[in-house]
Amino acid sequence: MSKKEKTNRTVVYVRLKEGVLDPQGTTIKRALDDMGYKGIEEIRSGKFFEISFTTENKKEASRLIHEISDKLLANPVIEDFKVEFMK
Amino acid sequence: MKFGVIIFPGSNCDFDAYQMIRSVIKKEVEFLWHQDEDLRGSDCVILPGGFSYGDYLRTGAIARFAPIMKKVYQFAREGGLVIGICNGFQILLETGLLPGAMLRNTSLRFVCKYVYIRAEETDTPYSNVCQKYQVLKIPVAHTDGNYYISEKGLAKLKDNNQIIFRYCNPQGNIDAAFNPNGALYNIAGICNLKGNVLGMMPHPERCGEKILGSEDGRYVFESIVNYLKGRED
Repeated sequence: MSKKEKTNRTVVYVRLKEGVLDPQGTTIKRALDDMGYKGIEEIRSGKFFEISFTTENKKEASRLIHEISDKLLANPVIEDFKVEFMK
Repeated sequence: MKFGVIIFPGSNCDFDAYQMIRSVIKKEVEFLWHQDEDLRGSDCVILPGGFSYGDYLRTGAIARFAPIMKKVYQFAREGGLVIGICNGFQILLETGLLPGAMLRNTSLRFVCKYVYIRAEETDTPYSNVCQKYQVLKIPVAHTDGNYYISEKGLAKLKDNNQIIFRYCNPQGNIDAAFNPNGALYNIAGICNLKGNVLGMMPHPERCGEKILGSEDGRYVFESIVNYLKGRED
């Protein structure tokens, strides 16, 4: 690693878009209803990815992680993603 | 006239497709390796069913970036025939050669059984030997076959006659009770705007001989042969 490069630690959250049916979330909710839990209104399932990578600056890191998320981690037809940088 | 069947790591209907072409409709066929970048002169490329790359991330999401897919993409854009069956359909959606995406089946279960589909369009390379609304008995076997597209996207599919097969009852009526996975509008198969790329969840390559319980899968492949013959003449 050159002096300039810094390690970025990120988490990318991927979830189904609003309005897209989530059969897994619906089924989990139904199970909780059956278990007797009251007041559960909705469950939306999703997944997350922890990604560490090096770049020269924060701007480049942000560009790269958004590109990766858009191209591969999420399918923009049905999914949204959110990027978080860890300290 | 030559067919190419792509093998991805995890494909498991590759030999069924090969058998269908070689022994049932008796045409030349060759396997194509996912790491190669050569379609070896295929006139029709088959993306078979299975679990490419273990269905990791999303079905078809990794296969989309296999080296051979660059060639498939280019071939499709130039009007070449590309048919994706089950996992192959999922790969075509991820590639963007077909619109929409797959969600988990509403039952959350792997559904493996014979279903009925109806030929909605017959003026296509994949259904031209069918009668309009002919019912075909073809098996499905998948967990992610719940086809989804935006309302606007669905309207476009309808306007451009891109919906080729829909799940129906044995009499050919569209019926939610005969939809195995919750797919929007009972959609079982669609094509691109030009009509040269088809994706379908049911497996026509699994039912080309009487001993398998149905021969209706032949209609799809005989349509392709018929279309390619017409193009050769």
